[in-house]
Amino acid sequence: MLIKKGAEASLYLEEWHGRRVIVKRRLPKPYRLPQLDRAIRAQRTKHEPLAIHRAKEVGVPTPIIFMVDPSEATIIMEFVEGKTVKQVLDEITERERIDLCTRIGELIGRLHKGGIIHGDLTTSNMILTSSGNVVLVDFGLSELSREVESRGVDLHLMKRALFSTHHKYAEECFEAIIRGYRDVMGAEATDEVLKKIREIEMRGRYVSERRLPPKT
Amino acid sequence: MSSGRRVSTGTLRCLGIESTADDFGVGILSSDGEVLANVVSTYIPEKGGIHPREAARHHAEAAGKVLIEALEEADISPDEIDLIAFSQGPGMGPCLRTGATVARALSAYLKVPLVGVNHLVAHIEIGKLTTGAKDPVTLFVSGGSTIISAFEAGRYRIFGETLDIAAGNCIDVFAREAGLRPEKGLPVAAVVENLARRGRRFIPLPYVVKGMDLSFSGLLTAATQLLREGRHSLEDLCFSFQEVVFSMLTEVTERALAHTEKPEVLLTGGVAANRRLQEMIRIIAEEHDARFCVVSKEYALDNGAMIAWTGILAYRCGLTTPIEESQVKLRWRLDEVYAPWVEELKGG
Repeated sequence: MLIKKGAEASLYLEEWHGRRVIVKRRLPKPYRLPQLDRAIRAQRTKHEPLAIHRAKEVGVPTPIIFMVDPSEATIIMEFVEGKTVKQVLDEITERERIDLCTRIGELIGRLHKGGIIHGDLTTSNMILTSSGNVVLVDFGLSELSREVESRGVDLHLMKRALFSTHHKYAEECFEAIIRGYRDVMGAEATDEVLKKIREIEMRGRYVSERRLPPKT
Repeated sequence: MSSGRRVSTGTLRCLGIESTADDFGVGILSSDGEVLANVVSTYIPEKGGIHPREAARHHAEAAGKVLIEALEEADISPDEIDLIAFSQGPGMGPCLRTGATVARALSAYLKVPLVGVNHLVAHIEIGKLTTGAKDPVTLFVSGGSTIISAFEAGRYRIFGETLDIAAGNCIDVFAREAGLRPEKGLPVAAVVENLARRGRRFIPLPYVVKGMDLSFSGLLTAATQLLREGRHSLEDLCFSFQEVVFSMLTEVTERALAHTEKPEVLLTGGVAANRRLQEMIRIIAEEHDARFCVVSKEYALDNGAMIAWTGILAYRCGLTTPIEESQVKLRWRLDEVYAPWVEELKGG
């Protein structure tokens, strides 16, 4: 059963050897040149399980991988039951929101400390399970890097996702994320990344020059 | 902006001035959305890219002629203008200031209100007016901008944008590095498009997408290096270069579409004229059951009509710009603009 059709892949909820699993298929993109398309899909299919495994090593909950097939661009993995943080954020109290975001910040901190850049940090890519765990999913755009630039872009994307989807409490959420991040990464590394985020926001040519997103 | 003195309910005529970069444009629209005139004069550099001061000089020289031509095309006299709108930003300082000066002078002389308009909002609004799109995900790709935007809660939010150079700029610089020149009135990007059509062999180039953001500088460097090495034909390089640039743009647009579930995709900006990009965006629109809307060249390139139309929209919500607040804003972001008129239009 198709449960999500994204830009990157389609997710199917299926029965597999008596388990409920997610089958992630990177379907051919008809807009892309077949050669380019095959290369991108195979590369991301091979890379994603590696990053997911690395994340587990540094203590970040991620789905269990059961099978990888680069030629078909398919990954079979654990079905994580729960709600996306995107859904949850609007349903909980301010205190719960701050607490949740602080924990998300800690998880991002652990990833970055372990040299992993998620690459697509949005609230749709975080699942809150019934037992209260936050599980990070969709490492399809992740990369292995310890550069401040990559960390900055990663958090900048998180910030952007908050401001475009949850503008009402984006500010407080991002602050909480940074608090959690700081707990793991330490003050010095965090300040360095924050400085980089500001630089990224100010970067570019005249039109694409960045400013802090507006307060709404 | 502040509240207007009067908000007329009858038909208004607005004269809009565009001067953010290399185009000086004057458009005249009526408040029912009819384009009465749309005249543009473009500064063409002798070599290289746009020099802001030279472009501004061109605008100052062209202003009178373009204004008169627009009034003649609309077949109205200046005193039939109810409102002056101008592009207040973002853009190149000297160019913006030239347009703003003309706008202030006209507003004072004709004793009609002045409305400062955000150039990026104007691109989206004229796109909606001319294609009938109501609530689209917009991909705006030009020499100065690469933005994926959709309307959420009072503002056009930015879902993705370039982290370094604009896609159009990337194409232009690549073309200049390849020694290409504008041909027979075709912009240099169209020359690249024509060469790309004859390319057969795909040469791998850096493909950089980060979430919904894009980066083109590495791709430009790699493509330029391959040009210098001379191992590949120019046709193959143009072909591969275009395929990678447009695939990246299409991927992030599809991601924004999947995320927002909007019913339409609007493609605009100078690069929107490219057939291959249109084809790609059309495919993803169809896959997500969204209507594909591409803005015609006249309104996808910088023009005065889009400024006039956005001026009317803002004015009808009681927004005007007093002279003392009319200074140009070089870095005015799309998501800084409060756009109260959008909700009203969505319904109608």
